[in-house]
Amino acid sequence: MSVLVYVENTGGKFKKSIFEVVSYAAAVSKQLNTELIAISIGDVGPTDLSKLGNYGAKRVLNVSNNQLKSFVNQAYASIIAEAAKKEDANVVILSNSFTGKGLSPRIAVKLSAGLADGAIELPKTDNNIFTIKKSAFSGKAFATIELTSAIKVIALNPNSFQINDLNESAIIEDFTPEFKESDFRTMVSEIVRASDKIALPDAELVVSAGRGMKGPENWVMIEELAKLLGAATACSKPISDAGWRPHEEHVGQTGIAVSPNLYIAIGISGAIQHLAGVSSSKTIVVINKDPEAPFFKVADYGIVGDAFDVIPKLIEAVKAYKAHS
Amino acid sequence: MKILVCVSNVPDTTAKISFSGDNTQFNAAGVQYILNPYDEIALARAIELAENGKGTVTVIHVGEINAEPTIRKALAIGADDAVRINSAARDAYFVSNQIASYAKDKGFDMILTGRESIDYNGSQIAAMLGELLDIPSISIIKKLDIEGDRANIIREIEGGKEILNVSFPFVASCAEGVAESKIPNMRGIMSARTKALEVLEPVTVEQLTKYTSYSVPAPRGTVTMLLDNEAEKLVNLLHSEAKVI
Repeated sequence: MSVLVYVENTGGKFKKSIFEVVSYAAAVSKQLNTELIAISIGDVGPTDLSKLGNYGAKRVLNVSNNQLKSFVNQAYASIIAEAAKKEDANVVILSNSFTGKGLSPRIAVKLSAGLADGAIELPKTDNNIFTIKKSAFSGKAFATIELTSAIKVIALNPNSFQINDLNESAIIEDFTPEFKESDFRTMVSEIVRASDKIALPDAELVVSAGRGMKGPENWVMIEELAKLLGAATACSKPISDAGWRPHEEHVGQTGIAVSPNLYIAIGISGAIQHLAGVSSSKTIVVINKDPEAPFFKVADYGIVGDAFDVIPKLIEAVKAYKAHS
Repeated sequence: MKILVCVSNVPDTTAKISFSGDNTQFNAAGVQYILNPYDEIALARAIELAENGKGTVTVIHVGEINAEPTIRKALAIGADDAVRINSAARDAYFVSNQIASYAKDKGFDMILTGRESIDYNGSQIAAMLGELLDIPSISIIKKLDIEGDRANIIREIEGGKEILNVSFPFVASCAEGVAESKIPNMRGIMSARTKALEVLEPVTVEQLTKYTSYSVPAPRGTVTMLLDNEAEKLVNLLHSEAKVI
């Protein structure tokens, strides 16, 4: 028996959300009293791979192959399932990232495993049945799911597990999978990443704005505040619908759900659909000129005031804070 | 070009979510059900691609008879025909198996779903279907264009996008950007009444998961209100009290 964790890389590097997943998987393997093995596919250097030991991986299976440099959903799923079988893994854990969402269902089917996606807590393990809490109803509720299958697949939501630093290193082993040509029916031609921006889904700090900003040209302030804080930018649905901001910034029930440490909502009234997407945020700050805005009811800190008046002051205050810290 | 669009019937986005039976069941009393908003996007794109005799669009739903208004809405928007697998949707694995069992010998070139349903937020159906049918699956796409018997797709990734190309047949789950949702017109609504809606019985599927209980997020503490000239105080509170910066 073992626990296998898939460590997704972003341009050859691991992001914080992957260290969270490894820490989570280490906690699960401890609960089960088994070994934690990580599997990495693509081009990651040995220093980065051995660093995974820091978070609890004992061994890292490294799959490095020219055909696998960019993500091929079917092939990656086949390799992870093959490794799970070889290592006799009874639990496979990955990040519930965009890529993880494409992989975990395929792996689950290959292994006839029950899948808990969007997990936010460690499982309760009892008699080989796992009970896991996951987010549901787009952040309006939580569901508890029981995995009764012999093998379990868990996809962990970003920002829901604390990284655990162990100061150890992992042993790296080359893993040569057997794959079939039919697993390569998709071809990636290009990957475009905004290098100077923080990705919203796994951001720890988010500055979000809505109709109160009056026009897309006024996002200069929002971007400045976000940059100062090291935060990602987000928006409400009317803003992305109007094309003021790209769809991937839309937070809410039909956009994405986020769970940052800090969510600052500026000029967003707080429709139920938007609140659903932010309910897992640890701290919420609401700035709105309407004291009756529903968003204040779920806020931790609120300022009733005009965005155009408050944001410049907030920018100055953050600058002063950064200068001192 | 034959396109299959998988649709689910979900609580309206404005619905208040509550549970009954000691938090073991979703409380559907007074809840309006709608066509899952992401599935509407998938359906709209399918209809655009099939326009002018270029193809046909079939919608499939796994659920009980009370979902038929939602299926009729999909037909009113412009799908050609519909299939309902007559069973409550137990979980994503069950639903995927039902759809795969229906689709396996029908020769669909493309199967589209929404990126996730807004109730269980699984994002699982597309990839499970791909695996069950042994065809490629691309999850959470923002753009879909057809070129002969291949598709050019843009997939969302954290902080960017991946541009890729895939051969027919494939499955893809659609997000905002793929198409604008379509509102049914009067002609569509009239013709939807007479379009074929086939009802099939489910196949047996092994149960691997079970939803056992639900909860709602704990209410937050009271809000600390500050004046509009207290930005500095806010920053201090975020640092020393909330400890988030």
